[in-house]
Amino acid sequence: MEQYEKLYLYKRIVQSKLFIDKHFADNIDLDNIADQACFSKFHFIRLFKSIYGRSPHNYLISVRIEKAKKFLTEGVSVLDVSLRVGFDSPTSFAATFKKMVGKTPSAYRGQAMIKKLAITANPLSAVPNCFAQTHGWTK
Amino acid sequence: MITKLSHLCVYVLNQDSAYDFYVNKLGFAVHTDAPMGEGARWLTVTPPEQPELEITLFLVAEGGMFDKETVATMTSLIKKGTFGAAVFTCNDLMATYQELLAKGVVFKKVPTKEFYGYEALFLDDSGNWFSLAQVN
Repeated sequence: MEQYEKLYLYKRIVQSKLFIDKHFADNIDLDNIADQACFSKFHFIRLFKSIYGRSPHNYLISVRIEKAKKFLTEGVSVLDVSLRVGFDSPTSFAATFKKMVGKTPSAYRGQAMIKKLAITANPLSAVPNCFAQTHGWTK
Repeated sequence: MITKLSHLCVYVLNQDSAYDFYVNKLGFAVHTDAPMGEGARWLTVTPPEQPELEITLFLVAEGGMFDKETVATMTSLIKKGTFGAAVFTCNDLMATYQELLAKGVVFKKVPTKEFYGYEALFLDDSGNWFSLAQVN
């Protein structure tokens, strides 16, 4: 019986994590998620942290920053990225990004663009030679 | 002295589908996705906390190292689930299992207690199987 209760709790916490994954760009209210999962906010945060090693808020921020890295790699402007991943302002986005990634969004985007251009100009530069040769990719 | 593993090959039957599976379901990051001409594509992904390990999603297709007969044999073996490709680890197997189930990932072994911790086995979209472990 205890096992089923534990499984039920797991399912609810996992659902709330998946909710954050899906709605990261929205103005997510963690109180609301806790309510939907039928937990008190305190209980919800405690369980979430025990499973994922960080609070729901910190997890939300990390999802936003990971999505931001993806958009920046695709060449989206820093301003657009900050809006697309749910930050209130480009300033708070840039500060959070730098704190977590260690470089500014512009620098990250610039480096990603350089890498992308290098691969476009010479795709073989991204492939270890042994694999390139077995595929017959020689030029 | 060997120091690290940098590339690992997983043979897949469709790279678009593999991209969706490894990136959108498993949550891996794309390391390189480069067209190599004539429909060929160099696609590598990395596990979330291991950005230095490139998992190459190698398409089983005619040309290069595969002739027609080899493609047919490889395709059949992959679909049959012959190949166990690797062991992934996670901090909480039950949570990861529930999440992947919710995303439609197929498991051939539910989380089970083993002497080293807990383990489940899942299949990728081609038929390769992987161990997912929570180590004590």
